[in-house]
Amino acid sequence: MASAEEVAKAAERRDVRDRWLLSAPALLVILLAATGPLLIVLVYSFLTPGAYGDVKWQFSPDAWISVFMERDIFDDTLSVAVAHVTIFWRSIKLAVVTTLATLALGFPTAYFMATRSEKTRDLWLFLITIPFWTNLLIRTFAVLQIIRNEGIINTILLKLGIISAPIQILYTDTAILIGMAYVYLPLMVLPIYASMEKLDFRLVEAGYDLYATRFKVLRKIIFPLVKPGVIAGSILVFIPALGAYVTPVVLGGGKNMMLSNLIELQFGQGRNWPLGSALSITVMVIVMLALLAYVRNAGRSGVRHG
Amino acid sequence: MNWKTMATAMGLALLASTGLARAEGVLNIYNWGNYTSPDVIKKFEDKYKIKVSITDYDSNDTALAKVRQGGTGFDIAVPSQTYVPIWIKEGLLLETDPGKMENFKNVAPEWANPEFDPGRKYSVPWAWGTIGVVVNTDAYKGPADTWGIVFNTPDELKGKVNVVPEMNDVIFAAIKYVGGQQCTDDKAVLKKVRDLLVAAKPNWIAMEYNTIEKMGAGDFKATSDWNGSALRQRLANAAIHYNYPKEGFGLWSDNVVVLKEAKNVENAKLFQNFIMDPENAAGLSAFHRYANAITGSDKYMPADMKDAPEVVIPADAKPKGEFQKMCAPETQELYTKIWTELQK
Repeated sequence: MASAEEVAKAAERRDVRDRWLLSAPALLVILLAATGPLLIVLVYSFLTPGAYGDVKWQFSPDAWISVFMERDIFDDTLSVAVAHVTIFWRSIKLAVVTTLATLALGFPTAYFMATRSEKTRDLWLFLITIPFWTNLLIRTFAVLQIIRNEGIINTILLKLGIISAPIQILYTDTAILIGMAYVYLPLMVLPIYASMEKLDFRLVEAGYDLYATRFKVLRKIIFPLVKPGVIAGSILVFIPALGAYVTPVVLGGGKNMMLSNLIELQFGQGRNWPLGSALSITVMVIVMLALLAYVRNAGRSGVRHG
Repeated sequence: MNWKTMATAMGLALLASTGLARAEGVLNIYNWGNYTSPDVIKKFEDKYKIKVSITDYDSNDTALAKVRQGGTGFDIAVPSQTYVPIWIKEGLLLETDPGKMENFKNVAPEWANPEFDPGRKYSVPWAWGTIGVVVNTDAYKGPADTWGIVFNTPDELKGKVNVVPEMNDVIFAAIKYVGGQQCTDDKAVLKKVRDLLVAAKPNWIAMEYNTIEKMGAGDFKATSDWNGSALRQRLANAAIHYNYPKEGFGLWSDNVVVLKEAKNVENAKLFQNFIMDPENAAGLSAFHRYANAITGSDKYMPADMKDAPEVVIPADAKPKGEFQKMCAPETQELYTKIWTELQK
């Protein structure tokens, strides 16, 4: 006779099995939808470019070689693909600086929000989400209207007589950074706020009671406790910033390519789909490596701080 | 551009999901954005009781790639002359033989038998134009009929010049400026082109398409541009002048073709014939601000276009114009490399 315990176990096993069966269709769809297109990209990266776009079904490692190496079209020497490295580096640098800028702005904002009374917090949260209501492109053009030569900032400064000629902000790296920081700021604020809200401010008081300076309280108490939020926010900002397309083009003037522009060129006027595919996969690998390194690093130090 | 491509893709997805109406009295046009006169379309709809729907694309490459995948549901597309031979060669077009259509007699002789579609077996002229240099004469008063404005920028314009980032157009202009032939694969010439472009770039403020608004607002004081765009800029600001570079400038034309997979062939043919009518051709021009290739359309043209220097090429500049061709794939690869190096 089966004991009550065995019956319970059997029921549990059945339960687990049913759950898997019931979620199988959804899992299958997600698996196919997520990996299918990626597999196509991977396969395409090993094919020969068609004469006018598309691919020829003929194996060729050329795309991968030209991601990293370039044959000089004039003296025919093979060397490291300086152009690609420069463009990758520019995009990575922009993503890192954007992450730091949003962190510098987002951390105090989240702290401010979390220290309001419970009732007003919702209002602040609501205000932070307002920019999400409009399209990214429209927000970017709004920034353009503010910083252009005949825009709001320059007009006011000129009227006040502070400057005699408009300051060229549009089409500079500063313009790109302003736009990126503005666009991605909510993505940083929200996760930090989520951690900050759970923070037990009695610990902060305890710190002060033990004669910790304000900076020490921030560094030793607040920051370690909201670290998961900072990590989540940084990831949420870094990844889309790396692939940013619209903002650098609209505010930077498109003179210097970003990763996304380089990839787009291959699928458009460059007519080299395999190279575009290979570049896309390279970006994914870089993001994955950066994430792994970041999470491992953060995880280790997280344990140390308890 | 990406967001436009996205919008197009979403539009396509929507079309695919709802299933295009295949009934009589429908015509699905796939054309460049902001290019199709709503008035002329309305007239066509009223005359033939055909419902027209228009989907936008933003580049020849996008259009070609989409149509090549098949199943688009489009009947008509409007590729540029450099691309028409590819569409023909890839078997994407239906031979509608516009050369035998009723209104074909109106097509100007120089457009009746073009190199890209001998005998007009597939295509009907939609618009044609030039690519030159636009300068705001408030900022620069010197001679501007040269690509030197862009490639060897005068001091007054340094840091105020825009270049429209059409790879083939920019390389074409640079080759002309150093004295080469279009589509050249001569390394000596291309080296000069590369060095010229790389040296010129620090003087540019941007590489953007949005010239009408930016020239108007004064963000740019000069730009490379299409003539119709230049005309719209001048109408907004009389100081803005269009110039035909003396080193040679590119001529282009866009052409209405019927797709092999078209479901509404007869309606598409009606449309091809319809736009070769002088009054209708003038109506199209009034909207997109480019010349058409239809004789007799002059008298229906808007007054501000009849003698516009952007539309009517001056006699002394005419010989410098040259039809842009599609370069060989290997040559194109060289150009892409130069282009990447320029923007790295």
